[in-house]
Amino acid sequence: MSEAAAMPAATASGHKAQTDWKSAAMRKRVARRYAAEKRFKAVGLMAIVLSSLFLAFLLFVMVSNGAKGFQRTEIALPIDFVTLSGGASPESLKGNGQDATLASLDIRGITSAAIESNYGEEGRKIFARNAWVEVREQLRDDPELITQNATLWLSATSAFDRINKGDSNAELQPIFEKVDSDGNVRSVFNLPFLTNSDGVDPALVGIWGALKGSLMTMFVTLLLAFPIGVLSAVYLEEYAPQNRWTDLIEVSINNLAAVPSIIFGLLGLVVFLTWMDLPRSSALVGGLTLALMTFPVIVIAARNAVKAVPPSIREAALGIGASKVQVIFHHVLPLAIPGIMTGTIIGMARALGETAPLLMIGMRAFTATPPGNLSDPSTVLPVQIFLWSDEVNSGFVEKTSAAIIILLLFLLTMNAVAIWLRNRFETRW
Amino acid sequence: MNTHATDMTATTPMKMATRDVHVFYGKKEAIKGVDIDIDMDNVTAFIGPSGCGKSTFLRTLNRMNDTIPSARVTGTITLDGEDIYDSAMDVVQLRARVGMVFQKPNPFPKSIYDNIAYGPRIHGLATDKAELDRIVEKSLQRAGLWAEVKDRLGDSGTALSGGQQQRLCIARAIAVDPEVILMDEPCSALDPIATAKIEELIHELRGKYAIVIVTHNMQQAARVSQRTAFFHLGDMVEYGETSELFTNPKEEKTRDYITGRYG
Repeated sequence: MSEAAAMPAATASGHKAQTDWKSAAMRKRVARRYAAEKRFKAVGLMAIVLSSLFLAFLLFVMVSNGAKGFQRTEIALPIDFVTLSGGASPESLKGNGQDATLASLDIRGITSAAIESNYGEEGRKIFARNAWVEVREQLRDDPELITQNATLWLSATSAFDRINKGDSNAELQPIFEKVDSDGNVRSVFNLPFLTNSDGVDPALVGIWGALKGSLMTMFVTLLLAFPIGVLSAVYLEEYAPQNRWTDLIEVSINNLAAVPSIIFGLLGLVVFLTWMDLPRSSALVGGLTLALMTFPVIVIAARNAVKAVPPSIREAALGIGASKVQVIFHHVLPLAIPGIMTGTIIGMARALGETAPLLMIGMRAFTATPPGNLSDPSTVLPVQIFLWSDEVNSGFVEKTSAAIIILLLFLLTMNAVAIWLRNRFETRW
Repeated sequence: MNTHATDMTATTPMKMATRDVHVFYGKKEAIKGVDIDIDMDNVTAFIGPSGCGKSTFLRTLNRMNDTIPSARVTGTITLDGEDIYDSAMDVVQLRARVGMVFQKPNPFPKSIYDNIAYGPRIHGLATDKAELDRIVEKSLQRAGLWAEVKDRLGDSGTALSGGQQQRLCIARAIAVDPEVILMDEPCSALDPIATAKIEELIHELRGKYAIVIVTHNMQQAARVSQRTAFFHLGDMVEYGETSELFTNPKEEKTRDYITGRYG
């Protein structure tokens, strides 16, 4: 009986007609199958092309706008130091007396006078208001200038900078054309953008304050979320008994990962600022708040990584008399580290780009000086981008794009470092 | 039902003894009262159909069942007369004294050297590097692997063939100087040539360690063991000399199993 069942039905009955694999109906079915496959492949390819286009468009817009943000306009200004300075010696501008001499010279006046004599009344509108500071710094670097009739390149105003970058401005257009045709306008790399902080004049603002704030915030976040997350995950996976309480904790952590980030901002506001009275707008509170948000992501990733370590490795170690802690630290964690790192990268990347919770704890304050320590008021890159995008002055448009480029570069660097670390751990085994 | 083995082992030094051992997984009784004696000079084989509890019972002998939260063991199991489930017994030291080799070769994803050296390191068995080197060499030699790997001790243990990996695991167990070695179907994942090598190795290790081997392969039990216990549905049906059990079983169930009526 069992033998008959094992045989194909067609041969068992003997008389059943052979299947016609070449019939019209069969051919149609095959054709339909191929068509379905082709359709599916085409749709998939279209999805890829579409998302690539979005990405390319995004990058193109950002880079083309942002590239201007990395440039600034300078105008040549001949200054007759000999006449204007009243004959100060280069020696007095060297050594210890340098600051005193620079302070005693009316550099602001000298600069204004030079601007007026070269460009007339309109000169005020084309040179940045603190161009004289640049004169002072150039004198500091090269005291010999004081005895010369020198030509210095100084920053243009934001409005003049805009014209140089292609905007139209009825008021300044004539003078721009005049100055430009004389060869007295040049574009240079905007190094101050990387070293300055927030300000009111878009020609002078920089990203350094926000970048430093982001670095410090991420430092606090990583320092808290990583160890607490990994230890929680290890405890839950390796030690916690399976009961209703651990189920509840597991569900809570999973839910925490899905909580909208602004809620964490409110939590940070109440707990860290109101109850604990920590300094408002500081990188410390920002880091603490983002750590709350990053922690569940790390816990979930670390638990999965720990769970994925084959039980046979645990048994092998237990079988030769390793204690539980030895099993965890000698075998489980080293094998789980790549997975834990992946989760940490995702969590930290999310935290780096986070704006909403930081607005709640006051990190949107105008901070023109970079934070000196963790409790100084500071801002972070995404908040800086948000603030600049809100400015009325059109000079901030390109700065916003430039700041986005810096944020993305920061993100890429952070991820590259983390991936490099992860690969190092992986190849060690 | 159980054939007590005390009478047979009176002449050889007894290493481990179990009395009225029951194992429960939650409410399910997996082992129903097993008395067995394991001596130094003989290889003891546990045979029986799948799910009969032979592996479960083996894992109670070095308390590997402790890692399963729902498992509960009653009765007494002694090693050299000491109760291994007593609170005075340190489970970590017990597992060094009663080593284990698993069904699937499970070398650590580390170098061959570190695989062997791990046990001695955590138990502080070597005072310096030279002594550790000696332990590693001796263990690999005993496991018959030295000649094959002595030039590549730095290579990963997982890069070896299946049979070599299993001998590496045996060497790893030997390295912590155990008194008993438990083997849980050590050849089930290996080809016949690798199996033959492991069986040969078991012959060589006999007398140096008390060896208990779980196998579902009756020919293997007949080849490598001197004592055999037959398990069925959590009961130990019969325990005796291997030659006796295979040629002249006392119990009906044993006869049915070894003649292939079920299994």
